[in-house]
Amino acid sequence: MSNEKRGLGRIFMNGVLTENPTFRLVLGTCPTLAVTTSAINGLGMGAAATFVLLGSNMAISALRKVIPDKVRIPAFIVIICTFVTIIQLLMQAFLPSLYESLGIFIPLIVVNCIILARAEAFASKNPVLDSAVDGLGMGAGFTLALTLIGSIRELVGNGSIFGISLLGASYQPMLLIILPAGGFLVFGSLLGIINAIGNKRKKGAKA
Amino acid sequence: MNIWLFLISCVLTNNFIFSKFLGCCPFLGVSSKVETAASMGIAVTFVMTLASLFAYMVNAWILVPLHLEYMQTIAFILVIASLVQFVEMFLKKSMPAIYSALGIYLPLITTNCAVLGVATLNVTNQYNMLYSVLNGTFSALGFLLAIVLMAGVRERLESSKIPACMKGFPISLVSAGLMAIAFMGFSGLV
Amino acid sequence: MSLILSPAPHVRTKNTTQRLMLNVVISLLPCAAAGIYYFGLRAAIVLAVSVVSAVLAELVWQKLAHQTVRINDFSAVVTGLLLGLCITPSAPWWMVMIGAFFAIIVVKQLFGGIGDNFLNPALTARAVLLASWPALMTTHCTPFDAVTSATPLMTGEASTMQLLLGDVPGAIGETCKVAILLGFVYLLVTQTIRWEIPVFTVAAAALLSWALGLDPLTTVLSGGLLFGAVYMATDYVTSPLNRWAQIVYAIGIGVIVVIIRKFGAYPEGVTYAILLMNIAAPLLDRVMPQKIYGCRKARKEAK
Repeated sequence: MSNEKRGLGRIFMNGVLTENPTFRLVLGTCPTLAVTTSAINGLGMGAAATFVLLGSNMAISALRKVIPDKVRIPAFIVIICTFVTIIQLLMQAFLPSLYESLGIFIPLIVVNCIILARAEAFASKNPVLDSAVDGLGMGAGFTLALTLIGSIRELVGNGSIFGISLLGASYQPMLLIILPAGGFLVFGSLLGIINAIGNKRKKGAKA
Repeated sequence: MNIWLFLISCVLTNNFIFSKFLGCCPFLGVSSKVETAASMGIAVTFVMTLASLFAYMVNAWILVPLHLEYMQTIAFILVIASLVQFVEMFLKKSMPAIYSALGIYLPLITTNCAVLGVATLNVTNQYNMLYSVLNGTFSALGFLLAIVLMAGVRERLESSKIPACMKGFPISLVSAGLMAIAFMGFSGLV
Repeated sequence: MSLILSPAPHVRTKNTTQRLMLNVVISLLPCAAAGIYYFGLRAAIVLAVSVVSAVLAELVWQKLAHQTVRINDFSAVVTGLLLGLCITPSAPWWMVMIGAFFAIIVVKQLFGGIGDNFLNPALTARAVLLASWPALMTTHCTPFDAVTSATPLMTGEASTMQLLLGDVPGAIGETCKVAILLGFVYLLVTQTIRWEIPVFTVAAAALLSWALGLDPLTTVLSGGLLFGAVYMATDYVTSPLNRWAQIVYAIGIGVIVVIIRKFGAYPEGVTYAILLMNIAAPLLDRVMPQKIYGCRKARKEAK
């Protein structure tokens, strides 16, 4: 029992840290760059993607013995699409302003490589519970990354995080950071910093 | 809107990569050589034009009359997937030269968010058939311009002494950011 | 016969880089002097902050990255000076500092340092500042007093003589055309730059503005066109290597400047025009034939 729990924990943490979809695998760059103009948008996008990941991973895992191998990719896409449509309708109904600001990137979750990659690499080979945990872990990793980037961009570009002003009225926000160019620059620098830390650790481990 | 202004808007002012973030995966992934970047760009142009046309027809002639608008995403992705499949078979049979040049990029295009993106944007912006197709072609030309410029820059960076932690994705992203800054000069042209 | 092909910059030895950079610094002195004469102490402060921050950024980065410190090659001084000269004298010190840090660290060092940046650091920093603090960057002051006003590019009110001498609101180094021309002559005489890029840039801009029904003389003399054409567009590292490519590059800059000025949202397009052509430079080098070098060599050998 405890052994099994540890296994599930490892699957979860794999998505959050070891194979973080944003920072380690660099998948799904489009929404990462586009919606992270504020912390709340990053969180919203992450949550929507997590919902789809969880749903599609579970459904695909449950159906993995039924779906013929040859048509599996189209089948996966149809399943993912169904969950995207569900979250799209739910957000339209309950979170219309968030839905509005995320715009086209909600339907585009369909072609987010993270989701198809998890379906192909994990859910089609593993039992339902494991797949669900994997979806949650990957989703959490994606959400954390987007919220982090969103927070940094909102703080520098607007002086606030989650809409709460932090830097005072005299702060002159650096607008560039919430413009498209800023998305590329912040994401690129963050990846560079993470790599630098990783390299240092490797060196430390060797020495 | 005037067609020329529309062209400038799609290619320069509202570039798919530098201001809309659509198609970033191939933009970052297939831009290390100018030739391959150009092939990818041309393949995307081809598919985006056709996808805009077919998605428009499916939406206006099937989904809207049947009040199935909520099926849009599923319908569009199926249209795109089958379109890519069809284009691949067609090229393989009738234009093997082009097929061997573009072949490996075609399957990648199905999951290029620029294609589904343009189909969805055409509907949200309520473009008519002509403008939907034009939007597809012109936006794809903007993508082609961006990816070729990016490849030119990246080929140059190959001989640079880039710090170890910035090699690969990080420096590509920073380069793209700096290019986006330059493209801001085109704002307000339309 | 063996031909040696090498990427930019061709000059790698320390001494020569130092010499070239020093030439650029000397050629910029008239512009700096004119700027300080017209805009007073605050222009001097902007220039000082910019140069010191740029050198400091270079020093700190090279120390942290365990590289040999090469601030005595003067390239950081040039970047700092160019940045200071192309922004408004009323710019607050912290903004100038951020600009200089961005230019040195993000645009230059992240790409590998001197010779490896694909965009002009000073201009990129200027574009960053303009996008980040548009109000602060476009507040200009009139010469000799602190009244803020718009540039003649926006208002269109300035006599040719005023434009020529620099008695107009604008960035510190770009207003006095006489000083820029003086620097240009110095750079030509010392063979630091060649004439093609500045001349073709200005000619293309003048021609296109004439074709569009604008006054070519005003186009050339207003804003930062001359300054950009002489000091920014000619940067070895970010301009194309072969001559035909350089000419196409220069014409491209001139054309984009006029298009942005006439149709775009910004009153001035020189910064963006040069950055855009910097991006296209590697492609231009690939596309344009390298014939002209071969021809000249053949002729020389024949003699």
